[in-house]
Amino acid sequence: MNCRSEVLEVSLEGRQVDEALLALLHTILLHRSTGKFHYKKEGTYSIGTVGTQDIDCDFIDFTFVRVSSDELDRVIRKAVAEFKDALGNSGSDGMGQISLEFYQKKKSRWPFSDECIPWEVWTIKVNVVNLANEQERQICREKVGEKLGEKVINIVEVINRHEYLPKMPTQSEVDNVFDTSLKDVQPYLYKITYQITDSLGTSVSTTMRRLIKDTLAL
Amino acid sequence: MDSDLSPQDRKDLDKFIKFFALKTVQVIVQARLGEKICTRSSSSPTGSDWFTLAIKDIPEVTHEAKKALAGQLPSIGRSMCVEISLKTSEGDSMELETWCLEMNEKCEKDIKVSYTVYTRLSLLLKSLLAITRVTPAYKLSRKQGHDYVILYRIYFGDVQLSGLGEGFQTVRVGIVGTPIGTLTLSCAYRTNLALMSSRRFERTGPIMGIIIDHFVERPLSNTALLHPCNYRAPVEEEGGAYAGVEDSQEVCTTSFSTSPPSQLCTSRLSYQTPPLGAVDVCHPAACTAVAHPHQMAVPGKEGGVPQVLLQPSHGTQADHGRAPSCPTADMPHQAPPSSCSSGDADVLSRSSELKSASPSDVLETTFTRKVGAFVNKPTTQVTTASLDLPFAAFAPKAYDLEENDPMVHPPASPTPSSPLQGSLHSQSSSQSGGQAQDDFVMVDFKPAFSKDDLLPMDLGTFYREFQNPPQLASLSIDISAQSMAEDLDSLPEKLAIYEKNIDEFDAFVDTLQ
Repeated sequence: MNCRSEVLEVSLEGRQVDEALLALLHTILLHRSTGKFHYKKEGTYSIGTVGTQDIDCDFIDFTFVRVSSDELDRVIRKAVAEFKDALGNSGSDGMGQISLEFYQKKKSRWPFSDECIPWEVWTIKVNVVNLANEQERQICREKVGEKLGEKVINIVEVINRHEYLPKMPTQSEVDNVFDTSLKDVQPYLYKITYQITDSLGTSVSTTMRRLIKDTLAL
Repeated sequence: MDSDLSPQDRKDLDKFIKFFALKTVQVIVQARLGEKICTRSSSSPTGSDWFTLAIKDIPEVTHEAKKALAGQLPSIGRSMCVEISLKTSEGDSMELETWCLEMNEKCEKDIKVSYTVYTRLSLLLKSLLAITRVTPAYKLSRKQGHDYVILYRIYFGDVQLSGLGEGFQTVRVGIVGTPIGTLTLSCAYRTNLALMSSRRFERTGPIMGIIIDHFVERPLSNTALLHPCNYRAPVEEEGGAYAGVEDSQEVCTTSFSTSPPSQLCTSRLSYQTPPLGAVDVCHPAACTAVAHPHQMAVPGKEGGVPQVLLQPSHGTQADHGRAPSCPTADMPHQAPPSSCSSGDADVLSRSSELKSASPSDVLETTFTRKVGAFVNKPTTQVTTASLDLPFAAFAPKAYDLEENDPMVHPPASPTPSSPLQGSLHSQSSSQSGGQAQDDFVMVDFKPAFSKDDLLPMDLGTFYREFQNPPQLASLSIDISAQSMAEDLDSLPEKLAIYEKNIDEFDAFVDTLQ
């Protein structure tokens, strides 16, 4: 099975990084989350309901939709904040990328640890620009809003190709496919990692790999 | 082929498509209500949330959708369309976008209805949620209220995109293959809003309509094309005031500065609202802030009655709306106020020029001392004869009094460089005592709220008096040279004294520690 990989690129002002990344990551997760599964005796299951919420951005002329789950929002915000800090501290020209990877776990026998097999990776390349005056910032606000709109359309287009999705698991295997730790929604297993690009444009040797969400931490 | 599909599956599929269509309408209309939508996730299934998504059902919207569908389902050649349009206070309207749910012939036979199709329909609804916030009409709908409202219309049949103007864009939300065909959900949206406004008013930005007193909840013609002259570029302040007044001023101001008025007026007259279509009715999707979101406007009755009612009232409303804001008609009346407002700056500058010009004039002819604000002393006319140079004693004796007299020799720069002169109107000028003061004309002004009790002089005289202090003694070369020599001579003596008193110094240092 090939892992599907999509790349989105955005150029932003520093203060727009949080909201833009939240918008894109939440849009992806909206499509990659279901309601909580409730397994019944006969091997059937029912699915909980996913609520949605409109979020207005303060620094961008944009509104995005996310699943109504504060827990999930917290996790994503934390990841984005770490990425933004790393971007700020790196001393690079403000270029980096953050990746949202959906994976499946494949149980292996002892002593081998479980494999994580990605089936879809979304990479968002961020380029931070500095603007000189308020007028430029205002233009940037609108432009970035339009750009994000285009990215959302891209995301939706990719998702609606209905390419590979993991099979619906049985009760015993649900944790290999879904993240069942949240109490109101159930996204596919995912992890968020990021890389800061140094000024040479290559990946830094000190690539930082942060596993924000990995139910198996060995 | 239907034969491949079991009856149960077929029944399920039809149900899915029907509810999908209803939910699609709900999502679209709710996204254009102008408010943020928030629904809660629920881990335990309620059984009534189709496609595992919490989408509220606004009863009127469901009712309208069911009425439009009339028991049918989107099928090949028969699409369900939701048209979103904008309507301004004058009754002009414009189609913003059309969402289409279509079915084509491409079948996916092997797909599992109960699971795969259902999940994909759920995914498509999520995509719809995301895309409805991205099209340009979303921002417009969030700002609706006084100036314009957003209306929706559901129809079934052939897709009509002619009302979207030239260059409309299409975005495909997604497709779901089913055994009986492929469902496609897409949106065609108008793009030439900004172009129109920029052409007419040379401004960019979202369109705002005329401010209205109340929004009309009547059914709307499906082919009404809003006229460009009704599009106003956004004003700096959000529309607070009402109807004709501000609008006419706005029109006037705009036509005044940019587009020719005749063009606006004639083009307005040339367009008429076309008659209503047959069955199709429009319903306002927006609610006033007061109204509960679920209390949608009651749709008009079907049949000929609303058509009849609409035409004349629409016409009169349009006329009414037309009259106050017709630029040419109002131009002569409005021109003075607008010129006043816009030309205020000019007026001010002219007056300031006058004021600035006056001192020079006055200096050369009569010398008038005008009193500044808040001063109680009456204006006195000071003639040349009574004016003496204040502190003439301070003036260097080398200068002849007459030479120094500004009356005889006006200062080199008659226009006051000091802002005090212009603003406080006082115009006495005098050369200060110093020789290098040519650039400044001293002003004998009475500062507001100043008191004379501390010193028998005011600030101006104080300034003049102490403007040229004598040189410091130590800075003069002779004296400094002298003192240096003295210092050097006295050094050995001083050193001898310090050595004698060394114990004292040490004790002092110890006390410090």
